Amino acid sequence: MTGARDLLTGGAEEPVRILDADGTVVAPDVVPELDDETLRSMYRDMRFCRRFDERAISLQRQGRIGTYSSLAGQEGSQIGSTYALDDEDLISYQYREHGAVVARGFPWEYLLYWAGHERGNEALADLNVLPLNITIGDHLPHVVGAAWAAKLEGDDRVAVAHFGDGATSEGDFHEAMNFAGVFDVPAVFVCNNNGWAISTPAERQTASETFAQKAVAYGFEGVRVDGMDPLATYAVVRAAREKARNPGDGQRRPTLVEAVQYRFGAHTTADDPSAYRDEAEVERWKAKDPIARFESFLRDTGRLDDERVDEIEDEIEATLSRAVERVENYEANPDEMFEHVFAEMTDGLREQRDSFRRLYGEYGDAIRRGDE
Amino acid sequence: MATQQTTTQNLTLVQAVRDGLYTEMSRDSDVLVLGEDVGKNGGVFRATEGLYDEFGPDRVIDTPLAESGIVGTAIGMAAYGLKPVPEIQFMGFIYPAFDQIVSHAARLRTRSRGRFTCPLVVRAPYGGGIRAPEHHSESKEAFFAHEPGLKVVIPSTPHDTKGLLISAIRDPDPVVFLEPKLIYRAFRGDVPEDDYTVPIGEAAVRREGTDISVFTWGAMTRPTLEAAENLAEAGVDCEVVDLRTMSPLDRETIVESFKKTGRAAVVHEAPKTGGLGGEIASIIQEEALLYQEAPVERIAGFDTPFPLYALEDYYLPSVARVEEGIRNAVEF
Repeated sequence: MTGARDLLTGGAEEPVRILDADGTVVAPDVVPELDDETLRSMYRDMRFCRRFDERAISLQRQGRIGTYSSLAGQEGSQIGSTYALDDEDLISYQYREHGAVVARGFPWEYLLYWAGHERGNEALADLNVLPLNITIGDHLPHVVGAAWAAKLEGDDRVAVAHFGDGATSEGDFHEAMNFAGVFDVPAVFVCNNNGWAISTPAERQTASETFAQKAVAYGFEGVRVDGMDPLATYAVVRAAREKARNPGDGQRRPTLVEAVQYRFGAHTTADDPSAYRDEAEVERWKAKDPIARFESFLRDTGRLDDERVDEIEDEIEATLSRAVERVENYEANPDEMFEHVFAEMTDGLREQRDSFRRLYGEYGDAIRRGDE
Repeated sequence: MATQQTTTQNLTLVQAVRDGLYTEMSRDSDVLVLGEDVGKNGGVFRATEGLYDEFGPDRVIDTPLAESGIVGTAIGMAAYGLKPVPEIQFMGFIYPAFDQIVSHAARLRTRSRGRFTCPLVVRAPYGGGIRAPEHHSESKEAFFAHEPGLKVVIPSTPHDTKGLLISAIRDPDPVVFLEPKLIYRAFRGDVPEDDYTVPIGEAAVRREGTDISVFTWGAMTRPTLEAAENLAEAGVDCEVVDLRTMSPLDRETIVESFKKTGRAAVVHEAPKTGGLGGEIASIIQEEALLYQEAPVERIAGFDTPFPLYALEDYYLPSVARVEEGIRNAVEF
């Protein structure tokens, strides 16, 4: 009998897996106890992520949003790991992990961020999600600090960081892991190992055999999980969360979770992966698609049928269309760039804003930089 | 070589970067390139395209994702005697390496009393206007110009890019080489196929004029020249000086131009406060106070974080804003 805790110590090499590529349950003793509604909601969110991805790439191609980073292939890890948290748990994520936002309810403004507006980050604060991170690994110490603060304040919250395999090479990764261990903070580190950091394959990112094993050096547990299996990711992150709040004897609170998965698409819409990776490799991983796998499981266990799938699809299309429409109708006031620099605007900045207003009043949009 | 007829190629600025690297790597086997995605992928902007196939993985090195590691190991290589050219993918990602650049690259010579040196070139694309994500658009050349022991170069034409890059690689001291990515592919220019240098520390007068001196660099050079042409129709004759090197500044050319016109404007993308416009105004005060007929006008980015792309074209100095600023100085 495998208890939840054992998931974290069950061996670093072979990833924890509950569903195989066909959606068959291969580890019945650790299937998380989730009601049908929650399981269907996870499936809906995974499909939403994939469809959001397709729409965003197409919007970028049409010049309607800016550079976008695709998450296709990584929905299982995103949704599984975020469902394992409580709403009060603080998340800090990276630019590819849209699933963390989808699982927290996807405010339409999220798309606004990708259309080039800071306001897109604003709504995340209500969902206990810190602003999207573009810099690599810088946010890991923040997560440690937030977890540490929760511990100092006696709150029952954990803090969770999402990052990629590449981020583990940054100095901030080391500093964050070290502090997490030394101060024994209730943090969960979800490393989305998708095989590639732009053109650098994971095996050239580190000489370590796995990313999870790095945790050993910091004095806490590291575990590999099949990141294309939402149930396994859920189970592992749930166990890590429980340990963070209530560690057993001799256990340290933090956990490094290496979610093994694959980036189906390009790094971003500005990238062309054909320059550095083999299409056959992509196809091999696509056979493990997290959505198809989870859908098979739900259908086989009677939780999903064609009718429900159609309903979900229609709802996703409608929700996305509304979001796109609101983004397209959004008109930014250029003044916004002067806001929120400080709690109180400085005199110098007010002067710059007023001078800008005067010019904008005089020239209108002719004051914008053109394609000179 | 000097007498030989040289052939020229018509290259974009980013192709000139590549050509400069290729030329110097062919000439000097101590030169190597390292960074994220510079090898097999040829760089995210294709600035190192084909170099991996040409020079192999020991001279065109794909590194782990670690800016401090990239620059820090380059410092060790430089101290050992090689001439590394580390690439930081975007200037906004340079900060993990900031400590290495300012605490070590800039000071190794001083600290060892000249016994160890640090002849490396840190290349990074900088600047806004390409609808890039957050942290991909800043212009923070002043951070580096503020640091003694570093040279800071910003080219604005394909010809200068190759010549300045070769100068930077041959320079015995560390150079931060910032590339205006907005104009990476905006236009082409003639670039000699042979190796040649453009000296570090020399500005270029791009347009001669008598009414006002306008100092600028990088991607702002083109809108400034356009503003100058528009103003010429209105009877204002601008001299446009492309500084090309931000440290050391070409004080002589700045002062000479100013003494001729008695008025000045500085155009830069970087935030106004602490930007190099202030330094240029001070040089004018120190060297040519009695020639001064108007306050030095600074046409710059605002003192706000660089906005996400929807508003970036309001943030960056436009032709209209440059014209307005120049008129302020001329009509004072």
